[in-house]
Amino acid sequence: MNFLFRYANPHEFMRLSGAVLPFTAVATVLCLAVGLYLGFSAPPDYQQGRTVLILFIHVPAATMAMGVYGAIAVCSVLSLVWRHPLSDTAARAAAPLGALFTALGLITGSLWGKPMWGTYWVWDARLTSFLLLLFLYIGYMALWNAVEDEARAARAAAILALVGAVNIPVIKFSVNWWNTLHQGESIVSGQLAPVFLTPLLLMMAGYGLLFLTLWMVRIRTAILERRARNLMQAGTP
Amino acid sequence: MRDIRLAARSGGSAALALSFFALVATLVPLGVGADLKLLARVAGGILWVAAVLAALLSLDRLFQGDFEDGSLDLIALSPLPLELTALAKIIAHWLSTGLPLTLLSPLLAVLFNLPPPATLILFVSLLIGTPAVSAVGAIGASLTLSLKRGGLILPLIILPLLAPAVIFGAGAVSLALDGLAAQNALGLLAAFSFAAVLLSPFAAAASVRLNLGG
Amino acid sequence: MNFDMGAYSVYIWPALGISALALAGVTLWTLLAWRRAKARLAALEKRSSQS
Repeated sequence: MNFLFRYANPHEFMRLSGAVLPFTAVATVLCLAVGLYLGFSAPPDYQQGRTVLILFIHVPAATMAMGVYGAIAVCSVLSLVWRHPLSDTAARAAAPLGALFTALGLITGSLWGKPMWGTYWVWDARLTSFLLLLFLYIGYMALWNAVEDEARAARAAAILALVGAVNIPVIKFSVNWWNTLHQGESIVSGQLAPVFLTPLLLMMAGYGLLFLTLWMVRIRTAILERRARNLMQAGTP
Repeated sequence: MRDIRLAARSGGSAALALSFFALVATLVPLGVGADLKLLARVAGGILWVAAVLAALLSLDRLFQGDFEDGSLDLIALSPLPLELTALAKIIAHWLSTGLPLTLLSPLLAVLFNLPPPATLILFVSLLIGTPAVSAVGAIGASLTLSLKRGGLILPLIILPLLAPAVIFGAGAVSLALDGLAAQNALGLLAAFSFAAVLLSPFAAAASVRLNLGG
Repeated sequence: MNFDMGAYSVYIWPALGISALALAGVTLWTLLAWRRAKARLAALEKRSSQS
């Protein structure tokens, strides 16, 4: 806990993120570049043909979509329970990124579904709960924007994020019980050949590093914006 | 207790919810066409969605009235736990929306050519499930109570959270329509409702406190 | 590197393209917002140090 609170100070965060950013940025570009190169070089998959390329952009996006919501949930707990000052800012900064990953996951998944399973969409557990995740993100961002007082908005959004976090497993579970069209669909059943696994892992790392990089920049931006606002208020007595 | 009396007096909002419910139930067959078999197929889903939306109509007033005239501050300061007040409001809301909607539903099921066994399941599912709508709705209402033009954000927040209720409720009706046993679906719906009613007063009270205290 | 997608190109290229555009776009947006905030803060600090 102390470790987290040491960087709760905006100055400390600016310092730390400033030091780390060049590395994450470079690592992002490297992972994505190598991942894409290997992906394009890979032979067509026995079952999927060249559509396996979509796997390399779909799985990272979907994973990030859920991971970012998890990060927001953790920040929300830190904000509500421990009153960690930066966590509100961090949660709000992460949301648009998470929503984007969710949208990308939906689009790429749909474009993958048509050649693979013959349909752009199906109402099974995974897809439905993923779509609802997008709505949760939108509602979360809308609440932040709707409440005028920032401190209140932060706490309201935190509560909403946690209620949504409780509901995500419920949604997954409830749709699971539903009729599933593609029951035997085990996309990445863990038996991915190395020639495909390596680019996938690289792309996942790349997406994750991209998120971290952009997240840090967004938090830094928010800190600067708050300083600017404080200056403006101080200058108008 | 006061909230229940208030709810009784707000028969107006019940009438509004019922009218909305009936109107949607009328419009959908007009839009979808008169294919009776198709209507029976979609009845569970349509009526469930219509019920949720109708219950939503009066949700934004759930806390706002007391907030605006200052009585919410008094309620928060009273020795009565805020969670209990939230629960009372949820019950009052259900009595003025969910319950009347449930009672009207068999009549509307006729419009959809739903056979009696499925209608019964529809009735039971709404009876069990609409408390969840009021409960989850209360969370949304308490989060947005300070918003003047909070209008559309309330449904945006709570509809994704209510997805399980719609899934189980409408799913139960579909099962009944196919002649299958709907107990599992109803059981899961009951669990969801129970958990929602149990937990949401805490979330709602927390939200009220944050909106009052700032 | 093999760019021949065969029958599925109508799915693969749009998927890749939309992803690339979206990620590049959000990166650009993020960086622009940062620059804007930095410039604004610098201008305000300059003004307050002058007054």
